Amino acid sequence: MHKHLLLGVEAIGQGAIDGGMSGVYAYPGTPSTEITEYIQENELAIERQLHSKWSANEKTAYETALGMSYAGKRTMACMKHVGLNVAADAFINSAITGVNGGFVLTVADDPSMHSSQNEQDSRYYGQFAMIPVLEPSNQQEAYDMAREGFALSEETGVPVMLRITTRLAHSRAGVEYKPVLDENQLSMPQDPRQFVLLPAIARRRYKSLLDKQASFVKLSEASKYNQYTDAADKSMGIVCCGISYNYLMENYPDEACPYPVLKISQYPLPEKQLKKMEAECDSILVLEEGYPLVEEQLKGYFAGGTPIKGRLDGTLPRDGELNPDLVAKALGKETYVGIQVPSVVANRPPALCQGCGHQDAYEAMNEVLADYGKGRVFSDIGCYTLGALPPYETINSCVDMGASITMAKGAADAGLIPAVAVIGDSTFAHSGITGLLDAVNEKSNITVVISDNESVSMTGGQDSSAYGKIESICEGLGVDPAHIHVIVPLKKNHAELVKLFREELEYEGVSVIIPRRECIQRASRRKRNISRHANH
Amino acid sequence: MKSNIILAGVGGQGILSIAAALGTAALENNLYLKQAETHGMSQRGGAVVSHMRISDKPIASDLIQMGTADLILSVEPMESLRYLPFLSAKGYLVTNTTPFVNIPNYPEYEKVMEEIHKLPRFIAIDADRIAKEAGNARASNMVMLGAASPFIDIDFAKLEDGIREVFARKGEQIVEINLKAIRAGRQFSEENK
Repeated sequence: MHKHLLLGVEAIGQGAIDGGMSGVYAYPGTPSTEITEYIQENELAIERQLHSKWSANEKTAYETALGMSYAGKRTMACMKHVGLNVAADAFINSAITGVNGGFVLTVADDPSMHSSQNEQDSRYYGQFAMIPVLEPSNQQEAYDMAREGFALSEETGVPVMLRITTRLAHSRAGVEYKPVLDENQLSMPQDPRQFVLLPAIARRRYKSLLDKQASFVKLSEASKYNQYTDAADKSMGIVCCGISYNYLMENYPDEACPYPVLKISQYPLPEKQLKKMEAECDSILVLEEGYPLVEEQLKGYFAGGTPIKGRLDGTLPRDGELNPDLVAKALGKETYVGIQVPSVVANRPPALCQGCGHQDAYEAMNEVLADYGKGRVFSDIGCYTLGALPPYETINSCVDMGASITMAKGAADAGLIPAVAVIGDSTFAHSGITGLLDAVNEKSNITVVISDNESVSMTGGQDSSAYGKIESICEGLGVDPAHIHVIVPLKKNHAELVKLFREELEYEGVSVIIPRRECIQRASRRKRNISRHANH
Repeated sequence: MKSNIILAGVGGQGILSIAAALGTAALENNLYLKQAETHGMSQRGGAVVSHMRISDKPIASDLIQMGTADLILSVEPMESLRYLPFLSAKGYLVTNTTPFVNIPNYPEYEKVMEEIHKLPRFIAIDADRIAKEAGNARASNMVMLGAASPFIDIDFAKLEDGIREVFARKGEQIVEINLKAIRAGRQFSEENK
């Protein structure tokens, strides 16, 4: 059968389309972004007019997907791990409302923090919400689980989480497609009160969620994705979750693994298989990408009995992603290292592109802030976060989406005046607006710089949902129009930028400065596309 | 057959175009393939690496084990050295000699080349110059793929087919330039290995 070379994230996009999904809702975030991009460009998705436009943030994405599920259609929400923090309120409650049309939440975790502030493990969220979690070990399973996840959600009556990590998200392999399923017809929930979480109804629905838990375990025990492979050497049993299964197999290229292996790709944990392993093996080694979730559970299950090895007892590192070498060491195998890296090799951290407008904004800010002293610039998530590094070193914080404006307000409340916020256009739309409203209501003495490159750039130049609306949003929130300024960040405007920053830092109240120039990467892509179309 | 290849470079240098041509050729040969890429923050001018694995048997891990890479293919000389712990005892290093200097502490060029020349098996090629001679400086990545091709167990004709497929939508002229580039790169390696 023909195989298609797909990234793990693309396999999920294709699987969702083939599974009869009617709409995807997402906010860009590495390593989840390409799922939605894939659907946006897919021919069948375009022909079926599947929804695939970006949402303003993960919470709006999740809630909109829930609305589509309410109306009986199959839907997917996609986000990176920290995005689920933003959507957590809707997510946890949606386990209690349950679904009508099948609902798959794809969450992409980023162990080792390649492009993130933390490496939180979304499987805890799945456990917290008490819903089934799928964790593919390869691209084919990613495709299959996305395609079949809607049916699992409809069967169980709750949203299903599809959890992946960076390595699977951004690795390519051949994937075989399966037949394309029809979309669901529009249909109302059978119980008109299903989605009304008034306390009396919520209590009843919560009990029904609790009642389902045993059946979720049964589903895991019977799942084709959870495989028990027996072997002769019972001195150790190995539990491997998701992609860690591959790292185990890599260590036995020409032979079968001598120990019994339980591959887990569907949660809650399959109790029957785990109990068998505990009864038959002298110890259990747990391989999992992320936090030691399974290891902790097993330590509880088998308290005082079978020794459990993994990230908690030092057999594997407590943090960071796994790889075949770390797993080899945990198995007591010899590992090989080539030649050491010569000392002449220097680090090459990411940096703002040459000619990026954020650079001009930071140069002007640095000149003005030199008169006030360091440590008063609160920033946010985006390319401009690189302004924390040399040569600029302008900003002093990066915590979560939108925290620049609110932290600047808090610091100003404490007496740090002037306090400055630097936020991008898309991050402002995502989570900056409500913080600015707080500041306006209290006439806080802060200067907000919305460094506008008309794009969600760090994730590859997606459309920003506040495009063309930023001044009117600020005015609508009550910022004095005399203190909303738009300026083009270019070298030739440096003196003007400096003058503007100086004036607004001195103004006692909320001011907004919008340095606006299109992201140079997006501009060059746009020009290339125009010339390509012109050639044909 | 089995090839473990580390592709190295700097975000924006387009190492993924090499991976695409190679991957297409592998699929055409009905080989198994896994290829882990770097997306996200590092693409902004940082060090980027792709682990590419091609085999006639199913492949387990997306990542290459230390000391088992048959080839390091780097489009930038300092970046070629960053992944030496992955190189196997019999492995080849193939690198472009044109430095990409976007950091203030980039080492002295001679010291970088000195480290490369210490290796038992390497090809150091001025891919930018050869690409220019082939008709387009932007084809330097295909010169690099050509230079690496003697060390990859895939029919050279299939690699050429891979290029035809990857560049087809950009027109016949671009396909020809890239074919010329890969042939020039291969010739250089055949003469200098």
